[in-house]
Amino acid sequence: MQKVKVFMYFPPEKTDKPITYRLVKDYGLMFNILQAQIQPNKKGRLMAELEGTAENIEKGLQYLEEQGVEYRIFNKNIIWHEEKCVHCGACTAVCPSRALNMNGDEWTLTFDHSQCLMCELCVKACPLNAMDVNIFI
Amino acid sequence: MAKSFDEINSKIKDGEVVVVTAEEFKDLVEQKGVSQAAKEVDVVTTATFSPMCSSGAFLNFGHSDPPIRMSKIWLNDVPAYGGLAAVDTYIGATELSETRGFEYGGAQVIQDLLDGKRVELRAESYGTDCYPRKEITTYITLDDLNQAYLYNPRNVYQNYNAATNSTDRMLHTYMGTLLPQCGNVTYCTSGELSPLFNDPVFRTIGIGTRIFLGGAQGYVAWEGTQYIRNQEVIRDGVVQYSGATLAVIGDMKNMSSRFIRAASFEKYGTTLFVGIGIPIPVLDEDMASFLAVRNRDIYTQIVDYGVPRRSRPVLRKVSYEELRSGSVELNGKNVPTAPLSSLRKAREIAQLLKSLISQGKFFLQEPIQKLHEEGRFNPLKETEVE
Ligand code: SF4
Ligand code: SF4
Repeated sequence: MQKVKVFMYFPPEKTDKPITYRLVKDYGLMFNILQAQIQPNKKGRLMAELEGTAENIEKGLQYLEEQGVEYRIFNKNIIWHEEKCVHCGACTAVCPSRALNMNGDEWTLTFDHSQCLMCELCVKACPLNAMDVNIFI
Repeated sequence: MAKSFDEINSKIKDGEVVVVTAEEFKDLVEQKGVSQAAKEVDVVTTATFSPMCSSGAFLNFGHSDPPIRMSKIWLNDVPAYGGLAAVDTYIGATELSETRGFEYGGAQVIQDLLDGKRVELRAESYGTDCYPRKEITTYITLDDLNQAYLYNPRNVYQNYNAATNSTDRMLHTYMGTLLPQCGNVTYCTSGELSPLFNDPVFRTIGIGTRIFLGGAQGYVAWEGTQYIRNQEVIRDGVVQYSGATLAVIGDMKNMSSRFIRAASFEKYGTTLFVGIGIPIPVLDEDMASFLAVRNRDIYTQIVDYGVPRRSRPVLRKVSYEELRSGSVELNGKNVPTAPLSSLRKAREIAQLLKSLISQGKFFLQEPIQKLHEEGRFNPLKETEVE
C-alpha cells in the first residue's frame, strides 16, 4: 500500500460528476479529503490523500486524466525533527489543519502527517528550526 | 504552624522534607484544604521554560602571548562586547551574526558552547604599550574559558501579554507568527506553574534566592529590568497584569542545552529559551494560599500587536484557563490560542527540582535582601536634538 497527496483541479462542467466516488469504487482507493473548494459551475479544487496499491493509484490517476481533471502530486513533505523540538507550541499557532496539535494534558506536540496541507507556515513559525520541508523526486 | 527556611533546610538535610510541584500542590489544596496542605508540604517547586531576550553571558578568555586588549570581538561572527577589561566580554542572546543573519546569533553561540562545540574567537585591538597585539583569530570551548556565567538582566516575567493581530497581513513578532484579522492568539507563560504567580508579593524570592538555572544552581541577582510592582499589578493577592521580573546569574559550566535552547523567530531575530525553577517554601498558611492559585484565577490581557505603538490597544482581559482551553472568544469569534512557552519543559524542570531537593542536593536560600516594593516602568523621553 502507498499513499500520495494530490491536488486536483476540476473543470466547471465536471464538478458534479461523481469522479471521486469512482476512484473509491473502481480502483479500491482510500480517499481522504484534506481541503475542498467545489461549487457548481465553477472550477473546483480538491486536495486529498489517496491510499492504495501502486498499481491502483496509477490507474486512478490515469482515469482522472481521461476525465479532464488536472492533477498535481506532491513531491514534498514536512518533517518534524523531534529531537530539536521543545514542545513550545508556536507552530500550532499557524497550522491551518490542526495537523500540528498540542496533545491534551501532556502539552506535548503531535504531528499527524495525513492532515498536513503542506502550507509550510510551521517551517517559518518554529523558533527551534524543528520543522523542515523535504523534497523528493 | 509556621516553618522557617532553616527548619526546612534541616529537613532537606535529614531527608525528611516533603516537596511537591506547584501543580501537585494546587490539587492537594483542592482535596484537603489550605491549612492541611500547609502542614503537609514544606517546599513547592515552580518553573518556566520560555524565550527570554534579555539574556547573555560574561566570558573570560585568558591572555594570549603577546597579549591583546580586545576592543572588537566576534564569536562565530557574532559581535560581542569589547568595552570591558582586556579579555572579558559579554555576549548577548539577540546579537546577530554578521554573516548568517537571523538564523545565528548570540543565543546560538551560547548553545554551541554548552554543547561543547568549538567556537571561533576573533578580536581586534588598537594596540597599547602593555597590550601590543592588534589581532587574533583562534578557537575556544566552554572548558577553555576561565569564567563563563550567564547573567540575564530580565527573566522570569511575572506575567505577560497575550498577542493577536488585527491587520490584514501576517505579522512575525517575538510573540510568534500572528495571523491576519485576529486569526490566532499567542501567550507566553506557564501560568499557574510559573514562579512569580506563586509568590506574587515576594515573601520568599529576593536577592540571593537560590534557583535552578539552565541545569545549574544559580541565584536571583537583582530585580529585573522593567520591573513593575504596584497596586494595579496585584489585586486581592493575585497578579493581574505584566509585573515584576528578575535578574538571574549562574555558572554556564554546569548548564546544559537540555534547559537552555537557542531560538530564532522569523523576521525578528534570535533569542534564548531559558529554563528556570524556583523552590518556594510553604512558610505558613498565607504562603499556602498564594501557592494555591489556579489558572482560572490569573489573568492577562490580549493586546493587538497590529498597532506598532508603545501603548498597544488592549482587546480584552482573559484568564489562563481560557487561554489553555485552546480557543478564546474575541469580537464574537472563536479564535484558536497557542502557547510559546513550553509547559512540558517547565514541568520537567519542576519535577527535577523536586527530586534534587528530596535527595538533599538543593537547599533553600533565604533572600539576603528584599526586592523593591514599588517599581515603575517609565517610557523613554525623546528630547529634541540641539
Ligand atoms: S514550534 Fe518547533 S519547537 Fe515549538 S512545538 Fe512546534 S516544532 Fe516543537
Ligand atoms: S505545513 Fe502547514 S498544514 Fe502542514 S503541519 Fe505545517 S502548518 Fe500544518
